[in-house]
Amino acid sequence: MSEPSSSKISLLTWIRGSGFAAFVVGLSVFLASVTLSDYRITGDTLQELAENGVIKEEHREALFAELAPLEGTYYSSVRAFLADVDRKISETNEGLGDGSQIWEYDRGEYKQALARAAATGPVPDRTTLFFWLSLVLASVGAIVSFVPKIWQSTAGIKNDGVFFSSAKSRGFWGIALGVFLIGFYIALYFFPAYIVNWIRLGDPVSQALRGRPADRWFFYGMMYTVVLLVMAVRMAVHYRHNRYQLVRTASISFFQLGFAFLIPAVLESMNKPAYDFKNAWPLDYDFFFDWNINNLTSGGAFGWFILFWGIGLAVILVPLFSYFFGKRWYCSWVCGCGGLAETLGDPFRHLSDKRLKAWKVERWIIHSVLVFAVVMTGLVLINFFSGQSGEPLFGQATPKIRKAYGFLIGSIFAGVVGTGFYPFLGNRVWCRFGCPLAAILGLVQKIKSRFRITTNGGQCISCGNCSTYCEMGIDVRWYAQRGQNIIRSSCVGCGICAAVCPRGVLRLETGPEEGRYNEVSLVQLGQGRIDVV
Amino acid sequence: MKRIVIIGNGIAGITAARHIRKRSDHPITVISAESDHFFSRTALMYIYMGHMAYENTKPYEDAFWEKNRIELLREYVQRVDPEKRQLHLAGGRDLDYDILILATGSKSNRFGWPGQDLPGVQSLYSLQDLKLLEHNSRSLQRAVIIGGGLIGIELAEMLRSRRIDITFLVRETKWMDFAFPREEAEMIEDHIREHHIDLRMATELDRIEAGADGRVRSVVTKDGEEIPCQLVGLTVGVSPNIDFLAGSGIETQRGILVDDFLRTNYPEIYAAGDCAQIRNPQPGRRPIEPLWYTGRTMGETLARTICGQETAYDPGRWFNSAKFLDLEWQVYGQVPPLPGEGEETLFWQDEGGQKSLRIHSRKDDGVVLGFNLMGIRYRHELCEQWLAEGRTLRYVLENLGAANFDPEFYRQHEAALLEIYNRQYPGAPLRLKRRRGLRHFFQLRKAV
Ligand SMILES: Cc1cc2nc3c(=O)[nH]c(=O)nc-3n(C[C@H](O)[C@H](O)[C@H](O)COP(=O)(O)OP(=O)(O)OC[C@H]3O[C@@H](n4cnc5c(N)ncnc54)[C@H](O)[C@@H]3O)c2cc1C
Ligand code: SF4
Repeated sequence: MSEPSSSKISLLTWIRGSGFAAFVVGLSVFLASVTLSDYRITGDTLQELAENGVIKEEHREALFAELAPLEGTYYSSVRAFLADVDRKISETNEGLGDGSQIWEYDRGEYKQALARAAATGPVPDRTTLFFWLSLVLASVGAIVSFVPKIWQSTAGIKNDGVFFSSAKSRGFWGIALGVFLIGFYIALYFFPAYIVNWIRLGDPVSQALRGRPADRWFFYGMMYTVVLLVMAVRMAVHYRHNRYQLVRTASISFFQLGFAFLIPAVLESMNKPAYDFKNAWPLDYDFFFDWNINNLTSGGAFGWFILFWGIGLAVILVPLFSYFFGKRWYCSWVCGCGGLAETLGDPFRHLSDKRLKAWKVERWIIHSVLVFAVVMTGLVLINFFSGQSGEPLFGQATPKIRKAYGFLIGSIFAGVVGTGFYPFLGNRVWCRFGCPLAAILGLVQKIKSRFRITTNGGQCISCGNCSTYCEMGIDVRWYAQRGQNIIRSSCVGCGICAAVCPRGVLRLETGPEEGRYNEVSLVQLGQGRIDVV
Repeated sequence: MKRIVIIGNGIAGITAARHIRKRSDHPITVISAESDHFFSRTALMYIYMGHMAYENTKPYEDAFWEKNRIELLREYVQRVDPEKRQLHLAGGRDLDYDILILATGSKSNRFGWPGQDLPGVQSLYSLQDLKLLEHNSRSLQRAVIIGGGLIGIELAEMLRSRRIDITFLVRETKWMDFAFPREEAEMIEDHIREHHIDLRMATELDRIEAGADGRVRSVVTKDGEEIPCQLVGLTVGVSPNIDFLAGSGIETQRGILVDDFLRTNYPEIYAAGDCAQIRNPQPGRRPIEPLWYTGRTMGETLARTICGQETAYDPGRWFNSAKFLDLEWQVYGQVPPLPGEGEETLFWQDEGGQKSLRIHSRKDDGVVLGFNLMGIRYRHELCEQWLAEGRTLRYVLENLGAANFDPEFYRQHEAALLEIYNRQYPGAPLRLKRRRGLRHFFQLRKAV
């Protein structure tokens, strides 16, 4: 080893180390910030709440009256504070008529709003500073820790030590990360009042984009985008020799930043429906819910445009593009869930279960979710149209179904399990087992599509890299070693199998359907071209 | 019903077992001393590097064998008795067979160097070798690898993945000079050096020295240079693993001698894979070819013959592939290190020395004989088809775009090769007919 190169390497190592240190500091500030508040309701608090309109007219007076005795009480713990507020809301309800009760959803929102308004301390006081010290510092630090790798190692597949890594192979750090992610999602979905300080960290960006403070969904969208973009840098460094991966990662980043984050925020600031133009039904499961349709149809020309776009996307574009390019055009080029899986989730792709049994379970679950989504949407629509002229056909059944779907599929499956389980079950748990849109795309891909992964004659040496790194748990090698093309409904076309294959055996291809399911191969008896047995 | 016993659960033995099962109901027993289940020997390196766990290298789930009624036996066969049709197992048991398949693979070569059996000196072939390497890697700082071949370079990559310093001694003056033309050999050499491996071409091992602790301390080259190290990797080729057959009456030379139907001198005993030596190899082929692909083809050929469809072993047209660190290599057909009489070669190389294309052809009729690719993937079936059809260089060049198998969006270099051709033969310039591109995405019918 020549001297200059090793001193250059140690400089790069030092830079990466500093980046990592910055990331750890940023992350620590972020983690600490959630607890860094005391809570006190003052006259100002109630004033603020009255102004921002979170508390509904019909509840405001009664609730404020109940809360008045708490004014000035000082809480050092958010739990104690929320327990008192919760009690006060119950007491308010006792005084309210049956028609104007504070129902569960509003109760959650009110608690969150109260916690936010009552929080005092460094985070509310210096939100922008904390924003920089946590999110910006951690992101920049992470990027600095990734990029110098370009000059430190040669370009190529570098999966060294993946199976020895604690974080990547269900060791201590993997479990810790999983627990953190699961906790984050549970707090976000079910206990947002506990994380008002985090939500507040979205304020600087939210104010700039939409001219109002962040709510939890804005905060989530922002975090999602930041994490995806930062990890996209890692992905790009890791696969810098592979243009398919570079283009694909750029595409994912573009759609997340533009379509999922910026455009909806800007639309909101213009008082238009905040719509993500790439989010197709039935992944976007509430697109056909009555409130959304009402919202869109009353939203003028733009609303109608979104309605038609959404229908066209689901009914025409999804199947058509899947015919031409395979499911991948959506799942690993456009989709936000796929986007996070391909960036944040990339280090965990080998954890997917490759067993035949898992494949069986997968087909049962994902198709059940599809049926669930279709039936639910059907019922909601029937109710919607029949409700236009009289009693809805299925009466009050649909809200219950919707709630069940939203809770089980939308929150638990897609969020808590889908992302929280990255370090345990791999990065595509949701996409593989749960996503109803993936199920539809998969059916198209399997039955009528030009997409396949071509196996290159007899070159496979059965090493198993392809199967190991398949995030969808497809046993790619099973096909490759028989010289058979791979056509599986679950394949999202991420292209990693082809990237990690050391013998150049696999290629993602679109082409004429004819011969897609190849029945001859060079594996059998050299060049004999005999049927695959 | 015939009782079929297979010694060796590698690719040859297992392919035979699987195909016999597909074609018949004969009871099948596969014996191996190495592992309970079939695993991919070619993936050994990835276990050490942490790309995969041992479990991931098994091409079939454990339940597969029972489901397919293939009995697996973890045992060492000490002796074969062809007269009694019996095997003697190390555990003391005897096992009868009606048909015996010998698929015992290879063992690593050692050429009698002083010190070659010291602790800290090892080869790389089996799972046990891998375990030993793991043991030898503890507090390892510098290793010396002897022998520049496919296993040597894999061992180098493995050790580099753990940042171990390596000196790599290669006897030949050019890398794998029996297989690679000079340009490709130099590309590989440069590539190896870029990975901070101290590659010494034309350097031979003289002896291995022991330290006070009885472990390897250094190697000494034929030039007298002493290189301190804690590990010596001997990767100087393999030879058939047949010692246990000595005196059995089964005819062997370097390997187990077999006829065109892979039969030994006993009609009910066959051999396949690395351990088989073909009595009359096809022209241009070696009698022993220790390769994954040949083992697979032999295994299937055997299964046919045994199940009543007599099939001669046909290795097919030559192809191979490997990866030298980050550099992929594929070959289809014949590409000798130097063009033979009346042959010529067309070669393109990128500036960074990361990619190259070579097409080898006959001068008089222009028929293409082979393709050699570095850092670029080509389509096996199409190259094979062109070679089988005896296509000319001009035809192949014009259609070369169709052979490219690199991932989408990769830069395609076929045009550059054509340019070189056109410069050499300015008479009637060629144009690349097919390129992959956007148009290709929407093309509905299969071209060619
Ligand atoms: C590190 C490495 C990398 C390689 N990479 C490639 C590659 O990229 N491409 C390629 O084409 N080839 C490659 N090869 C070569 C390829 O792996 C072999 O050609 C192939 O595995 C041989 O298969 P086989 O079935 O003949 O024998 P083996 O796989 O060797 O199987 C024989 C089995 O029989 C067992 N056995 C032997 N004798 C007895 C006995 N008396 N009793 C019980 N059991 C016994 C052995 O323990 C062994 O498990 C590589 C080899 C190595 C070591
Ligand atoms: S297709 Fe490639 S990665 Fe998969 S088993 Fe075959 S050689 Fe290995």
